[in-house]
Amino acid sequence: MQELMLGNHAVARGAWEAGVRVAAAYPGTPSTEIVEALARYPEVYAEWSVNEKVALEVAIGSAIAGGRALAAMKHVGVNVAADPLMTLAYTGVHAGLVLVSADDPNLYSSQNEQDNRFYARFAQIPCLEPSDSREAKEMVKEAFVLSETFDTPVMLRLTTRVAHSQSLVELGERQEIPLREYVKAPAKYVMLPAHGRERHKAVEERRRRLEEYVETAPWNRVEWGDRRVGVITSGIAYHYVKESLPGVSVLKLGLSYSLPARLIRDFISAVEVCYVVEELEPFLEDQIRAWGLKITGKELIPRVGELSPRIVAEGIGRRVAEVDSSLVNPALLEEPAFKPAMGLPGRPPLMCPGCPHRGVFYTLRELGLTVAGDIGCYTLGASPPLNSMDTCICMGASVSVALGMEKARGGEFARRLVSVIGDSTFLHSGMTGLLDMVYNRGTGTLIILDNGTTAMTGHQDHPGTGFTAAHDPTIKADLEQVVRGLGVKRVRVVDPYNLEETRQAVAEETSVPEPSVIIARRKCALLTGRSGIYQVERDACAACGSCLELGCPALSMDEEGALIDQVQCNGCGLCSQVCPAEAIVKVGAGNE
Amino acid sequence: MNREVTSVLLAGVGGQGTVLAGRVLARAAMSLGGEVKVSDIHGMAQRGGSVVTQVRFGLRVWAPVVETGTADYLVAFEKLEACRWLPYLRADGRLIVNNQEIPPLPVLTGAAVYPPNLVAEMKKRVKHVRVVEALDLARQAGNVKTLNMVLMGVLARYLPIDRGAWEEALAESVPERFLEVNKRAFQLGWEAAP
Repeated sequence: MQELMLGNHAVARGAWEAGVRVAAAYPGTPSTEIVEALARYPEVYAEWSVNEKVALEVAIGSAIAGGRALAAMKHVGVNVAADPLMTLAYTGVHAGLVLVSADDPNLYSSQNEQDNRFYARFAQIPCLEPSDSREAKEMVKEAFVLSETFDTPVMLRLTTRVAHSQSLVELGERQEIPLREYVKAPAKYVMLPAHGRERHKAVEERRRRLEEYVETAPWNRVEWGDRRVGVITSGIAYHYVKESLPGVSVLKLGLSYSLPARLIRDFISAVEVCYVVEELEPFLEDQIRAWGLKITGKELIPRVGELSPRIVAEGIGRRVAEVDSSLVNPALLEEPAFKPAMGLPGRPPLMCPGCPHRGVFYTLRELGLTVAGDIGCYTLGASPPLNSMDTCICMGASVSVALGMEKARGGEFARRLVSVIGDSTFLHSGMTGLLDMVYNRGTGTLIILDNGTTAMTGHQDHPGTGFTAAHDPTIKADLEQVVRGLGVKRVRVVDPYNLEETRQAVAEETSVPEPSVIIARRKCALLTGRSGIYQVERDACAACGSCLELGCPALSMDEEGALIDQVQCNGCGLCSQVCPAEAIVKVGAGNE
Repeated sequence: MNREVTSVLLAGVGGQGTVLAGRVLARAAMSLGGEVKVSDIHGMAQRGGSVVTQVRFGLRVWAPVVETGTADYLVAFEKLEACRWLPYLRADGRLIVNNQEIPPLPVLTGAAVYPPNLVAEMKKRVKHVRVVEALDLARQAGNVKTLNMVLMGVLARYLPIDRGAWEEALAESVPERFLEVNKRAFQLGWEAAP
């Protein structure tokens, strides 16, 4: 039976069919749907881990104990999990272990567009790169087999376009894989220096065997077309090549590490000119060049952003057309009929109406504070008109960056400085930074934006919600207790819908030279629905525009004054609090 | 682009329901027996930003994305977004546009102006334009959020997909309690076109 499936759902399905027992992830676009889907299969234990390092470690435990395991994360999540990954490459796995890395070319929802194939090469583990949902499902099954055959973790590298596009998939049945016998093997799993030295030799030995295997691996294949032009490609770029250069010969690499040297050498010598088309970094290209082979790649294909059929056509299609124009899709060499309109207003993403983060950022702007920010919906607090975030580096960096600022510029600077982090991000990696601030005699104020969910990625549970990935009730982490346990004495909770209360708390806590935490607690408006409806009394409105400073999409202004869109308004009431003319009033009840 | 492949771009504002519309279109297109590919944007852009769902179907579909100058249909859920995504339409492609204005934040805060006469301007440039009062029709159907299905009803008139396949796709994609209102919305769109 064929089904139209999201790439991420295909990965989950493939893992399920391959008999996976344990799956762990921290939510992150574009990887989230993998473990979300696995949590719906009763045969699989699936968890939201507190962060990616923990997720990979849980998977490692399962694999060493004999059960097939999968860990999924976005590209930058692998940075967090890099510590266990590099040593896992030494220990090997026992039962199969697949690490899914979902990269984000074009940064649709990320802070960088790093190319994680380098991690596979760094750790010397196989890397499979599917180009669509069908391959994603089949490759994850193959990845488990490879993992066990070569006693290695295997990376399945997706990109946003593969993870979040849908194509047809043939469904299979689950294969029950019995647990492998648990074997005590300290020389393999206890990485003391003496053991590690031996295991490094095993990694080398494995690398040689893998290099032999990939020469005939079914996922690397040549599709012969016109032999005057050859293209080496992998992942989604394969489809762009087929779309834009329908007549050329193609070497499609399903495995981008290790590379099949003989296969590549033979392919290049069988064509007159050979191009490499890959998204992001010249990962294939640099390795092939190192063998002294003549190819053309990143001189013509951008390193930055996502590729597309037209980019491939414009990059190398024009040269190919000089050889034979029938090898190139002509539509992609023509200028589009309609030119982009100039000067259209942009439509950037923004905080939702009723978003509990809005009141906090409005307050921070009013107070003119320096704000060390973090990763989540609230990073939108950096955008106009709120403009109240100074830094955003990675998960958990807010509090530690603020501490560094204080240490560089002194305690006075800390009186005009806060760090801001979401509840899920705080539990992911903000706790360690906060402990560091307490321990190292920092005096900063951390604001935890507690909206009771992981909102940005689509409302996943976390340790603070009291529910597991399978929606079973569990012990709920108490943020106040956690913060006090880390040594913070000044802890207070405010309602971010109350601007005066929020302003007062921030002003007071920043003025005190000791570590403090403000928990701004309000559930995400997308989960609660509306808490009322507000309306502008037009006779009273002075048309001063103060309410527009909130950046709420439900608020606008016409010739006579402000207007509230009754469909969009979620009733947070911030606008009525900032209106100097008291012209905004509550007219409807909510459905909270 | 390969004439045997049909490429549809659904462009709108995060929250307008382009993802669900794309799902219904893709499932309906599966009845044609060829390949179907869909590409969506998830994550931060969904928060009220400019969003697009891309659907391609035909005998053999390669890229899951629609390239500039190659879309057979651009279904715009909002006028400004129609204008923004117009370069994706091929010269003789068809533009279906919901006659609705959702001011983006720079317009709301007064930093920019919503361009006037967008539809009239586009009509001058594009040969095949269908303007739809999708919000009114959705309201008439019983729920403003069904404007996505109104637009699918309009699009359905131009595609070689059986009406029955659309009905099945709707039933597969929409929760039971919202099915009737969505069917009504689809029907109102169907009747509004061509």
